[in-house]
Amino acid sequence: MMENSIAWIFIFPLFGSVACAILGMKNRKICYLIAVLSLAGSLWAGIETLIQVINSEVHTVSYVFGGWTLDSYPRGVGIEFHADILGILITLVVLGVGLIVSLYSKLPVQDETPGKEPLFYSLFLLQITGLAGICLTGDAFNLYVLIEVAALTGYGLIAMGSNRAAAATFNYVMLGTIGASLYLLGVGYIYIKTGTLNMVGIHDVIEANGLADSATMQVAFVLVGMGILMKMAFFPFHAWLPNAYCNAPTTTSCLLAPLVTKVMIYVMIRMVLSVFGVDFSFESTLWSEVLPWLVVVAIICAALMALAQREIKRMLCYLIVAEVGYMVGGVWIYNYYGFIGSIFHVISDACMTLCLFLGTGLILRKAKTTQFDGLRGLFGKMPLTMTGFFIGGFSIIGLPPTCGFFSKWYLITGGMVSERWEYMIVLMFSTMVMVVLFFRLIERIHLAVAESGENLGHGHGDLGLTEEQTRFDEGPLSMLIPLLISATIVIVVGIYNQEIVSLIEIFLSEFNLPKGTGH
Amino acid sequence: MIAKNNLIKKLIGMSIFQTAIILFYVSIGVKEGASIPIYLPEHDPHGSHSTHVEGNESTEGASHGPVVLEASLVKRYSNPLPHVLMLTAIVVGVATLGLALALCQRIYQGYGTIEEDELLAKIEQQENRAQTSGNSTKSNEEVVKKPTTAKAKTTKTKSKSTGTTVQKKTAPKAKAKSISTASKSPTVKPTKAKSKSKPKPTSRKPASSSKAKPAPKAKSTIQSKPATTKAKTKSATRKTTGSSKAKPVSKAKSPRKPKTSSAAKKPASAKPKPRTPKK
Repeated sequence: MMENSIAWIFIFPLFGSVACAILGMKNRKICYLIAVLSLAGSLWAGIETLIQVINSEVHTVSYVFGGWTLDSYPRGVGIEFHADILGILITLVVLGVGLIVSLYSKLPVQDETPGKEPLFYSLFLLQITGLAGICLTGDAFNLYVLIEVAALTGYGLIAMGSNRAAAATFNYVMLGTIGASLYLLGVGYIYIKTGTLNMVGIHDVIEANGLADSATMQVAFVLVGMGILMKMAFFPFHAWLPNAYCNAPTTTSCLLAPLVTKVMIYVMIRMVLSVFGVDFSFESTLWSEVLPWLVVVAIICAALMALAQREIKRMLCYLIVAEVGYMVGGVWIYNYYGFIGSIFHVISDACMTLCLFLGTGLILRKAKTTQFDGLRGLFGKMPLTMTGFFIGGFSIIGLPPTCGFFSKWYLITGGMVSERWEYMIVLMFSTMVMVVLFFRLIERIHLAVAESGENLGHGHGDLGLTEEQTRFDEGPLSMLIPLLISATIVIVVGIYNQEIVSLIEIFLSEFNLPKGTGH
Repeated sequence: MIAKNNLIKKLIGMSIFQTAIILFYVSIGVKEGASIPIYLPEHDPHGSHSTHVEGNESTEGASHGPVVLEASLVKRYSNPLPHVLMLTAIVVGVATLGLALALCQRIYQGYGTIEEDELLAKIEQQENRAQTSGNSTKSNEEVVKKPTTAKAKTTKTKSKSTGTTVQKKTAPKAKAKSISTASKSPTVKPTKAKSKSKPKPTSRKPASSSKAKPAPKAKSTIQSKPATTKAKTKSATRKTTGSSKAKPVSKAKSPRKPKTSSAAKKPASAKPKPRTPKK
């Protein structure tokens, strides 16, 4: 079982989802249990794989399905699952977030989608299977299929919300399908030119045959890149994201918001580094000239739009769009530190977005609203929740010792070393916007407590808050504990950042990335 | 796909896009004069033409495994891989289309339109209504009520719009209509029947069981519905009245509940289910 641990990562949630659909018909309660247990098993298999990957000499573990061999040239006839350090790290993030959200999901799922628990958990587990598959697959076409598995289950999960969610999902379906189709088309061009679909194989053929100048490969690169950018809600294509995530059921947004965009960033890094290769991606295309400027526009617009929102969930959605800009920028400034920052930011952003969305879910449950106006005095009412929420918020801003600080540090270092001043400035700018955003929230949430405290001294005033509203009233424990766990993870990842970064450095050491200026 | 306003037309555009990519892939595998990639008789290592198998009879496993053919022999086979890939892509495409159609159906049930601009207007209207009600009432308890009132309003508009829109929208988009009418008819019928049969039991309780029968029937004939669905629902209502005579109110309600729940479930499942069983 040890040597098959990659396969076990998928077997647990895949069969768990089937079990949910079948056993759930008899007993709805059991679905929650199945989801939690299968994800725990999957996470265990993931950790097992990570240890294998670290211990192996080449820092990769590959698993070939169906008894095919990899000896042929170009490499790979069958489907290969290929775990290197980057892939397995992101997989662990996916599984960890999945586990925490599944723990959290008990009450929200019961209340928001009553009677549909089996279907919900079935889709939930399939979604995680798809996302983990994206991170580990070593086959370009298989990647397309898994992207669509993740996307289709995501559509289903979002559309379980209100009617409004169905309308938002429709837009998501259109844009998501266009993105995936563009990717598929790009893979077609790659296949024509290289004759293989295995990622390592494609890279070998490009290197061996000097395909860097081939127009076909250029077209393929543009198509694949556009497809991925659409899927990850990069700024001009972000329109689907806020509506879809805001109207989705709580659990869905908690699961999708931290993972989907990050996993697509992973796909971009994978394509740039492992498939097309560093030389091809940065030297033979214009992307490294154009994209940093697009990133600048993206971050500024997303930050300003976030500033304009009057509702927490929607604000967070625009923050995600801005964060996507960070990570894309970190890749395309073409620098060693930028890459470290990007990869580390994928991990830390998943943690902190999870933290924020879990907190929002609790606020929505207790305060019944996520409008800014409805939040007054919440700190007195639910101090633990708000503490967790603001740890996530501080991490987004980038205050030490949260993980957001360190990833942003590497991103800014990358911008500085490669002399991409515009990227640095825009990072500072958006940091400032986030400071404004979160301290505005803090003010709103704390100030009312102070006011009402004064009122208590002067006899009950009428500033709009009764004693009942400031009474200690935390959310249910099954939701609160996952939030606190995720807040702890945000800090722990920050404190142990050196360990993670050293792993990322091992991964990046095989690529020839400039540590000084890129040009 | 982007220019069109109608959601179904958008979907048609999406399908064309996907199909074009499938054709592109299939064209990769095209080879003039090639045959399907199954061993030709003279190449089959296990068949009667096999020549080289006799030598290694002893190794059982090897002789039954796949045998690598020489490059010169492979020339006449077409490449199977693109076709196999496209089988997968077709499955994905069908699932996406089915899901999107189910979403369309739910959007129509929720908003009574599948035109994008009308849809956006309706969404905005609802949000404004929700916001104004939220702003005017400050305390938390009122905010709790807000979603429920908004929901009640939507259902009201839904049931109101069903009667008119179905008749109006007969001309354009045959496909859209068939879907919408199929999904519509179950939601309209029970409400009408309910409203008709409700006053009956209050006036005279024992006699209502026999009287309740003609009322929904007459109502359904008045409605200008497509003939087939009308006949079916009529027979259905008659059947239910026959079976559960004692309580007309609960009877009128009971068909409604499973209908809505099943309709809401549909978009959730990834399986394509573009048509309701009614059709």
